[in-house]
Amino acid sequence: MKDKRSLLEKAAAVPHVVWIVLFILGPLLFVLYFAFTDTRGNFSFSNIQLLSSYSHIFFLSICFALVATAFCLLIGYPLAFVMARAKPSTQKLLMLLLMLPMWISLLIRTYSLMTLLDNGGLVNSVLVAMGLEPITVVGTGGAVILGMVYDFLPYMVLPIYTSMSKLDKRYLEAAADLGCNPFQTLFRVVLPLTVPGIVSGVTMVFVPSISTFYISQKLGGGNFDLIGDTIERQFKYASTYHIGAAISLVMMILILISIAVMNRFSDGDGEEMIV
Amino acid sequence: MKILSRSYLFIVFALLYAPILILVVFSFNEGGSLSAYTGFSLRWYRELFHDQVALQSLKNSFMLAIGSSVLATTIGTFAALGLDRMRHRYLRSAINSVTNIPMMNPDIVTGVSMMLLFVALGGMMGAGDVLGKWTMLIAHTTFSLPYVILSVLPRFKQFDKTLREAALDLGCTPAQSFFKVELPAIVPGVLSGFVMAFTLSLDDFVISHFVSSPDFQTLPLYIYNQTAHNVKYSMYALCTLIIVTILVLLLTVNFAGNMGERTKRKKEAVK
Amino acid sequence: MKKYFVFCLVLVLLCLLVALFCSCSGKETVTLYVYNWGEYISDGSEDSLDVNAAFEEWYEKTYHKRVKVNYSTYSSNEDMYAKLSSGAANYDIVVPSDYMIARMIDEGLLRPLNMENIPNAAYIDYSAMFGNGLPYYDPTYAYSVPYTYGTVGIIYNKTMVDEEDLGTWDIMWNEKYTGNVLQFNNSRDAFATALFKLGYSVNTEDEAQWREALALLMEQKPIVQGYVMDEIFNKMENGSAAIAPYYAGDFFTMYDDNPDLGFSYPREGTNVFVDAMCIPTSSKNPEIAELYINFMLSREAAIANAEYMCYASPNSLVVNDPEYRAYMSDIHPDALEILYGTTGLKLEFYQNLPEERLMLLNSLWEDLKIESPINTAIIVMAGAVLGGCVGIGVFFAVRARKRRRIVSTLWQ
Repeated sequence: MKDKRSLLEKAAAVPHVVWIVLFILGPLLFVLYFAFTDTRGNFSFSNIQLLSSYSHIFFLSICFALVATAFCLLIGYPLAFVMARAKPSTQKLLMLLLMLPMWISLLIRTYSLMTLLDNGGLVNSVLVAMGLEPITVVGTGGAVILGMVYDFLPYMVLPIYTSMSKLDKRYLEAAADLGCNPFQTLFRVVLPLTVPGIVSGVTMVFVPSISTFYISQKLGGGNFDLIGDTIERQFKYASTYHIGAAISLVMMILILISIAVMNRFSDGDGEEMIV
Repeated sequence: MKILSRSYLFIVFALLYAPILILVVFSFNEGGSLSAYTGFSLRWYRELFHDQVALQSLKNSFMLAIGSSVLATTIGTFAALGLDRMRHRYLRSAINSVTNIPMMNPDIVTGVSMMLLFVALGGMMGAGDVLGKWTMLIAHTTFSLPYVILSVLPRFKQFDKTLREAALDLGCTPAQSFFKVELPAIVPGVLSGFVMAFTLSLDDFVISHFVSSPDFQTLPLYIYNQTAHNVKYSMYALCTLIIVTILVLLLTVNFAGNMGERTKRKKEAVK
Repeated sequence: MKKYFVFCLVLVLLCLLVALFCSCSGKETVTLYVYNWGEYISDGSEDSLDVNAAFEEWYEKTYHKRVKVNYSTYSSNEDMYAKLSSGAANYDIVVPSDYMIARMIDEGLLRPLNMENIPNAAYIDYSAMFGNGLPYYDPTYAYSVPYTYGTVGIIYNKTMVDEEDLGTWDIMWNEKYTGNVLQFNNSRDAFATALFKLGYSVNTEDEAQWREALALLMEQKPIVQGYVMDEIFNKMENGSAAIAPYYAGDFFTMYDDNPDLGFSYPREGTNVFVDAMCIPTSSKNPEIAELYINFMLSREAAIANAEYMCYASPNSLVVNDPEYRAYMSDIHPDALEILYGTTGLKLEFYQNLPEERLMLLNSLWEDLKIESPINTAIIVMAGAVLGGCVGIGVFFAVRARKRRRIVSTLWQ
């Protein structure tokens, strides 16, 4: 068969391919290269071996990210549910309200949260004025979790909301007709059908949570070193690129594995899970 | 039940907006403190407009956003065309998955990997410190590319192929049929890709943090430096202006659908 | 004939054009690239003098040529050094600290100054900084002109700290103030606090002493509220922390916003630094740069800077100026004492550390930073989340299999 495609059509993707090879694959190759070489450029496993001293940082980051994701889900799911059941005009307004914070820089949101919660911040001034004991929030692990939940909650709500609003209302009617009470409908019909939304929400919260450095720097007061902080320090302050590259590599692999696992989880698809 | 769900909505949104509101309110504070409101004044706004560094970073941000989104939209649109016509299925899916890497990877890994590339290449060429506006442009274009392609490609897929054949039959050259028939049909996708690339570039901090140098500062980097140092309260004024701008933008253009699409795309990419 | 006429006309026009261009390039603006610390110059905010604009104006008035100051900032000596030594950028003025000047002179990155262009350098009072000694980083006074100098001390909140605990670095290790102590988020300065407390030199060659300092910093970790740099300003101003080590000059900025703050020098000794103006070898306009340095030393500019930054000025025109003295005393009654009355203190400059010592310092700092407090509650919660996920997964997997079995048995 004769190739009927014009030259333009054949060559259109070439700049893009060159670009992504240079600037997406290239950088990743350099991460690999740096992770497996020492400062003199010789092949070595020393960076990977050194990683064992960072194991508890990985552990801590995973713990923080897991807890933050769980809280986001616990708060976000009911929120999406309530939103999806509102009147269409209200829904539009609520969507707008939910999205506005997403467009405001994460830096601004995190920083204002910090100033609000700081020992001498507004919350504590109010508490003291009311004759209560001031609370210490900034610098604790709880503050880091709070920051993650606060910053990433919209990323959880939006996909769940999208999958809920796509939900076929007849399923709900059928469930009610078959004698489900509202809670049974929620747990046995709505929840399984929105699993894809949950999965993408979870990944969209988990990935930034595990790699953040700004939130832990500000709200954790520099006391909690998460993977993001460690990587940032290697590149911005210490110039120890090789160990930084090794940590990045491991984190990348970790995240790719968890995304794969999550997708596997959602492939077992919703409809099969309906009781 | 209704009261319960209403109050739940109210509480969550109140908590979500409390820090932002505080920031807006205190940008009009007369004194320089976040814990005591001493009176209304526009002092910080005045100082903001005298802050050359802030204004310069705003300018840089816009220049970078325009440059990178134009570049990304151009490359991305042609890439979508090429991908749409591509015969090899495996090649196509390979290109697709490589393109989507920046979307799935944490920003910090993308930033760090680009920094390594630039620094190592710069070292090889003996240029020493290469980080600056050009590396920023490359990085921003790279991470906006997948979003552009994802908003343009479906338009090509939806495009009725018979129209193109009709154009060819009526005597158009392939190039003419592309520019006169097909391109107008995909313009909405190109535009939404452009807008997305533009906003992503304006908003990006993490990747810029690694591939920038102090002499080319964008707005997020300026805000970061401010929050890492002694915060001038004019920053609150700046944030308030940003928030107001976004609000106005969101209200005028109905971004709602757009944003939903962005999430959906990210979701699809994750799969 | 006509041809000749046209030819002449074209020639005249060309000459005019060239002349025009020449005059243009004669009037062309020269750009002076100044690379300084952030927030380290009087910039016109809050009714202060905009020193860079004043220099441009003065230059145009004096030489009838235009100069444009391109001012950019860095946040550490190392950043500046990296930028400059890479050769990627050309600067005309840099303001490194003492140890960095020594290193840059060694590496030939700085150009000797032509002091004839800097007559105001005569006003620099070296004895205030070095007593009878020479500036160790530039013993011939050839490469640098001091811009500011300063010391590190302990800033404290009077409402939260007992007077008798003051005057020593021990206060930063005092368990009474657990959760209220801030520490430098920068290896050199943080280790210096521990080394001073131990009575060692901050430039010690002895690895064991560095390790001892690390042990001390580890011990301090539970007491520390956070590792911060310039965030100290906000945290001290709004009373979020009680104790922080920082530069004397910055104390006044904080005091201005929160009069409960006090400043004390630890008796074990503390760090002193000099930041001096230098011209890199790569400078394209060294003469104008020298004029700029001279301008910065002139009375008006120097006072504006000193009042804006509140750091100690090495310029005798400033120190002896009654207006300046009144201004500083107005900011804080002991301001002049804190800034200039440092002769009785044990002060030590940082020296440039050799490469392997820097590597050691980096790795010790890494050890300190990655030692995160164990947060049992969060680990337990994470465990519960993970357990829940696995539980749900297993539940669905088992049920799906069971159902498939039922379906297949029904089918048969």
